[in-house]
This record gives sequence, structure tokens and C-alpha cells, in this order.
Amino acid sequence: MTLARVVGNVVSTEKHPQYRGYKILVVQPIGGDGKPKGRSFLALDGVQAGAGDTVLVVDEGGSARSVLGDEEAVTVRTVICGIVDRIDVAE
Amino acid sequence: MKLGRVIGTVVSTQKLESLEGLKLLLVQPLDEKGKDAGAALVAFDTARAGEGDLVFFEAGKEAAQANPNGWFNPADAAIIGIVDAVNVTGRSFP
Repeated sequence: MTLARVVGNVVSTEKHPQYRGYKILVVQPIGGDGKPKGRSFLALDGVQAGAGDTVLVVDEGGSARSVLGDEEAVTVRTVICGIVDRIDVAE
Repeated sequence: MKLGRVIGTVVSTQKLESLEGLKLLLVQPLDEKGKDAGAALVAFDTARAGEGDLVFFEAGKEAAQANPNGWFNPADAAIIGIVDAVNVTGRSFP
């Protein structure tokens, strides 16, 4: 899983049927210090996350299907599976 | 999933049976600001996309699952949808 921050959303009408009904969010990976690290990507929302939230993202198909509770969504790979309350890093 | 722009089409006659009938498009990955992010790649289309369209695509083995010819195929990127709008804190595009 990756730590990331939700920075926005994507609106799409014409899309693969397995993606209908899901919110698509733009996420920016962050490090333990909360600073951006690497390139942004898109993830489906499985936990009612929104812009500004720090989240956990899983990037694997089987896990993604279990997060969404949708075994038919075989083409889905990247899903937000948790909203992070706090990160504690040892000094 | 990543954002991308369709920048061209790819024509291939001699190819695996499992890739027949697919529309192959050249996609330039983009970041959340719409700037180029990495090297262009070839993805097959499931969303009736065309040159110039802003799209999002899925990479890896999950992309192969979107192939209507069956799951056992070598596709590793699929265009999943056409993007109407990207809203990122403070700015939006297209």
C-alpha cells in the first residue's frame, strides 16, 4: 500500500462499464513526512475519501476487487482503501 | 490508473490472434496538471477514444482483462475512459 494525498477528481462519462458508479480521484504519493514524492496517479474511491484527505492506496487487482466488494470489476487495479488519521515516524 | 493524452494510432497487421480487432493508440502519460509525465506507450482502447482525447488508462495484468478476446493475452495497457474534466485543488483542465 502507498501513502498518498487526494488532490482532485476526474469526471468521465464515456468509460468501461466496470468503472461505472465509482468516484475517480487524483492522488499524489507522499513520504512519511507528508511531503509529495513521485508522480500523481488515479485511484477509485472505496472509502468515501475526498480532496485533502491523506489516504492508503492499494495497487493490485485482487485487493482492489475486495475493497470495492465487486468481484466483477476485473479490470480495476488501483483503489483507495483507507483514510489516514495520523502517521507516527520515529525520530 | 493514470491520465494520458492520445497522441497517435498504431497499425499492426501481423500480430497475435488475441490482439485482433483491438484499436491500438499511442498514449502520452500526463500528471495532474496536464504536463507530460514519462514515455509514451501503446494501449488498446475500450472507450471509443481517438487522437487528441484526454483519457485515463489502466496498466498491468488488469488491462488484459478488458480485452474482449479473452483474458489470456499480452496487452498491458488499456484505455478505460475518456476524461471530461480534471479538478485539482486550485485549477482545472481541460
